[in-house]
Amino acid sequence: MSLFSFFNRRTSAPVARERLQVLLAHERTIVGGESDLVAILREEILAVIAKHMAVPQDSVQIKMDRGASVSTLEVDIEIPTSITAGMRPAA
Amino acid sequence: MAKVLVVTSGKGGVGKTTSTAALGAALAQSGQKVAMIDFDVGLRNLDLIMGAERRVVFDLINVIKGDAKLEQALIRDKRVETLHLLPASQTRDKDNLTDEGVGRVIEGLREKFDWIICDSPAGIERGATLAMRHADVAVVVTNPEVSSIRDSDRIIGLLDSKTLKAENGEQVEKHLLLTRYDPARAQRGEILKVEDVLDILSIPLLAIIPESTEVLRSSNLGAPVTLGSPNSAPARAYLEAVRKLQGQTVEVQKQRGLFSKLFARRAA
Repeated sequence: MSLFSFFNRRTSAPVARERLQVLLAHERTIVGGESDLVAILREEILAVIAKHMAVPQDSVQIKMDRGASVSTLEVDIEIPTSITAGMRPAA
Repeated sequence: MAKVLVVTSGKGGVGKTTSTAALGAALAQSGQKVAMIDFDVGLRNLDLIMGAERRVVFDLINVIKGDAKLEQALIRDKRVETLHLLPASQTRDKDNLTDEGVGRVIEGLREKFDWIICDSPAGIERGATLAMRHADVAVVVTNPEVSSIRDSDRIIGLLDSKTLKAENGEQVEKHLLLTRYDPARAQRGEILKVEDVLDILSIPLLAIIPESTEVLRSSNLGAPVTLGSPNSAPARAYLEAVRKLQGQTVEVQKQRGLFSKLFARRAA
């Protein structure tokens, strides 16, 4: 065990503090059942996709990572070739 | 054949979520496919103990309502790839937690996993009764302390009467997990001894988890103690518990003491 990891072992509380600060900052924006921005974006993006094509729910993968200064929203959609082939430009 | 395990206690703060995380991680590390479900709607914490709190997208209520597929809502652990978490909803109404909906989720999980671990909320309200409803096995988490033991007794009564197994005339396999145990204090007569607790509750002992700073350290870091400090005393006790749960059984049930002979438990 290195000296650094020995030192690190003793101080888990700062990690706990940082994790809680990030988590609570996000949770406090959620009031009375209202979603936060990342969740709203997620739902609206999926609604737009659903408007244009019937993608089975299974082929949409969504990942989020809520960070202190940056959150990421990753939407991964498998679009079957049969759909793309049949697609016509709108209007 | 998948097994549904409920981690329950009645009383809050005795270590249900910590134990769910520790047992789930240890089972998954032994190669089993494990899904843990947080049933504490409105006050979820299993995600935090697992260090997955930033990655929650969907939750149990989303799956029950059909907003998301099971596969989309399950969060895969970054350390053990056979370990998965289905978080509780933090915002939505508890009323969406229905018997039928929970049944569907559990049936779906049974097809894909070896172990489904239901982390019960405290109390005996809907979240707690639904968490135990489908259980094959129950781990009753108890502290050596009067109110915890009383509440555990109540929960054991519910396990024997309100579960699907009980209603079909079968038995949920029950195990006692004694947590936050300080042998030195028991020796000095300051807290109840293991034998006392076993005599009163009269269900077989799964393991004794000693009081340890490693448990707090692990939750600070967002790691189950069996992954964060695998050589610590509590982690070794949880690993022992997992070996017993996997069927390399176990010591014979303790001789029933005078108390449990005189006062047999009745269904709640």
